[in-house]
Amino acid sequence: MQFPIKTVLYAAVASLVLIGAAQAQRTDIRIGVVLEPPALDPTAGAAEAIDIVVYQNIFEGLTRVDETGAVQPGLATDWTISEDGLTYTFNLAEGVTFHDGTPFSAEDVVFTFERILADDSVNAQKALYAPIESVTAIDAATVEIVLERPSGMFLFDIGRGDAVIVSPATADTNATDPVGTGPFRFVQWNRGSRIQLARYEEYWGELPALTEASYHFIGDTAAGINALLAEEVDGFNNFASESIALFEADPRFKVLVGTTEGEIIMATNNRQPPFDDLRVRQALAHAIDRQALIDGVSNGFGVPIGSHFAPHHPYYVDLTGTYPHDLEAARALLAEAGFPDGFSTAMKLPPVNYARLGGQILASQFAEIGVTVELINVEWAQWLTDVLTNKDYDLSIVAHVEPFDIGIYADPDYYFGYDDADFQAIISELSTTTDDARRRELAVAAQTRLAEQAVNGFLYQLPQIGVWNAKVEGQWVDSPIEGVVLRDIRWVD
Amino acid sequence: MIPYVLKRLAGFVATLLAAAAVTFLLLDALPGDPARFILGINASPEAVQALRLQLGLEAPPLERFIRWIGGMLQGDFGLSYTQGAPVSALIAERLAVTFPLALAAMVISIAIGLPLGILAARRRGSLADTGLMMLAQLGVAVPNFWFGMLLVLLFSVTLRWLPPGGFVPWDENAWGAIRSLVLPSFALALPQAAILARVMRTALVDVQSADYIRTARAKGLTMGEAVWRHGVRNALLPVLTILGLQFAFLVAGTIIVENVFYLPGLGRLIFTAISERDLILVRGAIIVLVVGVTLTMLVVDLLYGLVDPRLRVRRASR
Repeated sequence: MQFPIKTVLYAAVASLVLIGAAQAQRTDIRIGVVLEPPALDPTAGAAEAIDIVVYQNIFEGLTRVDETGAVQPGLATDWTISEDGLTYTFNLAEGVTFHDGTPFSAEDVVFTFERILADDSVNAQKALYAPIESVTAIDAATVEIVLERPSGMFLFDIGRGDAVIVSPATADTNATDPVGTGPFRFVQWNRGSRIQLARYEEYWGELPALTEASYHFIGDTAAGINALLAEEVDGFNNFASESIALFEADPRFKVLVGTTEGEIIMATNNRQPPFDDLRVRQALAHAIDRQALIDGVSNGFGVPIGSHFAPHHPYYVDLTGTYPHDLEAARALLAEAGFPDGFSTAMKLPPVNYARLGGQILASQFAEIGVTVELINVEWAQWLTDVLTNKDYDLSIVAHVEPFDIGIYADPDYYFGYDDADFQAIISELSTTTDDARRRELAVAAQTRLAEQAVNGFLYQLPQIGVWNAKVEGQWVDSPIEGVVLRDIRWVD
Repeated sequence: MIPYVLKRLAGFVATLLAAAAVTFLLLDALPGDPARFILGINASPEAVQALRLQLGLEAPPLERFIRWIGGMLQGDFGLSYTQGAPVSALIAERLAVTFPLALAAMVISIAIGLPLGILAARRRGSLADTGLMMLAQLGVAVPNFWFGMLLVLLFSVTLRWLPPGGFVPWDENAWGAIRSLVLPSFALALPQAAILARVMRTALVDVQSADYIRTARAKGLTMGEAVWRHGVRNALLPVLTILGLQFAFLVAGTIIVENVFYLPGLGRLIFTAISERDLILVRGAIIVLVVGVTLTMLVVDLLYGLVDPRLRVRRASR
């Protein structure tokens, strides 16, 4: 018999090729995202979709928020705070360049904050930075920021996407061609389809493992499932809950269930009768069965909340027991308020699953205490005009996704119409307190007050349900701030 | 012929102007504010006001209308409110997907629909005819997005021959672009082909009993030759009408299929722009669509003349 030398050679070559392929770890990632950002400048738009692409990837701030929600050094490597809590002196990282090659210096920091605070500023969170009195470049690598009043949230606030450092040369074009100092630079945007980023090899800090990243915009759930199954994308940072069982059962994928900063609330017009009566709001709170709602809306994913505060936050207290599900108590309160037979009201629902489905479930729950709810579906733009701006609504369902945003209840002109001097006093002290123990006390007091006043129906915390290729690691499970941070993502075998 | 063309041109311009005025007025009456959409629910009213000023939304409607029309006459469609990019570039980008897609779907539906219609008409009453028409009925009834999902399950998820969706830009990889359009164009073509087959069959059945076919037979042509040389051409008139309407639909109405295949097409662009109240983009896109549809109708009209010599003679004698 002839020795099959050819076959052996082929086999040897083939196995070498296979080994080579197995060893070459992938360094690119394709992430599926449901919503496409309209533009890419996080300092001139509030859409979460912007931060998902750019936050900590293309752009960086003086500080950055990590996966646990804690503040870490960013472009400022360290800082000192004066005794009175008013003067912050930041030492800036050295050797930093923007992606267009221009060096980063203290002047860029001054420019960034002056742009936020300018009269014609279009920064969505401008109010957060209002306590800033002055921003001064001491030298090229040192910046001093003086506040009018102490702020316990200042270091967190300058780590948000809204306060990333931009260059004067490119600030006006960041919406379509973002230039930052982050570990990834913008390559290309095929609108309606995908955005590509590439590692910035000149990055001042530790280079990430990924060399390329792309975001693919897939709005349709069925299309998203197919893209995952066909391995056209390597993961979704937040996927529809109804299809999770499919991916949990498939060893090619892993499912990461975490929390976000999004509180889903049944917004209530506190100025509008009958909701100006505390007993009516309490009655509605007693009528809500949160677990049934979570099961119905998001297949059991989501943590019930009893106030406007994220359960993963260190200051969180569980207040879901303030008005437990109790139909007898609800009916008694309604009768006491003069509605023994209930009343009719309307609920305006924006086009998101938790609102449209949640509205139906809440309506059936309220029907049990005689409250008839007319469900009115509205578009986002209509919701923003009718509900938020004109306050023309009774009830609504919406998620508030900004981190640590309990302060919105202190504004009597906000769409809740909640004007409570006691609560406003708590928030005004909280915003100027820097001592952690006292801040915790005040945050607990604020949460408790909102829960007792039943200002809104507090429903549950929006979950983050990531579906990823099982070989991808380093992605954030929780989302204490909006973003999909690529820094630590890598492929492992 | 020249007065006819002039008349058509005047009609064309009048249609455009009317469309511009109507879309401007209707969209202006729509509740919602792009500035508020961009800045979200925590932004202060001052920031929203600053953005409205920057976007030029505070000017009176008439001034904005005139500025918009004036810009378009110079080829400037303006800047998208929410995206900050030129409207004309945004639309052109999407047309590079939607137009080839519509064209491919059209060609496929003709390639499938017409022969099947002719076959069914030639075998009228046979088992093949009944079977084909049942298939066509099914093709009309099956929603194209559902058919698209079935195609994805078979050819992308199971067989892995074609991508399940998305779009590779032409300048990056033309072959990849074509591959991304294969499944969506079949999904779009199926109901169109079914309609075409039915229309073609009916038209041809009518024609087969016409006098001139009998005359052609009398001259010695076989039935097949007579139908092919005289019948098909006459039966094409209603088919052309349907094709014109279908093409307009394919360019403007593909949003559901675009969603299933997450294609960056015109339908999704307009849908998103409306929900974001990016009205300047919606208006620009509508004008482009009006031009497209009107032009298609013009082409169909001219083709009538080509197919039907009587129409040519009538026009020439005017």
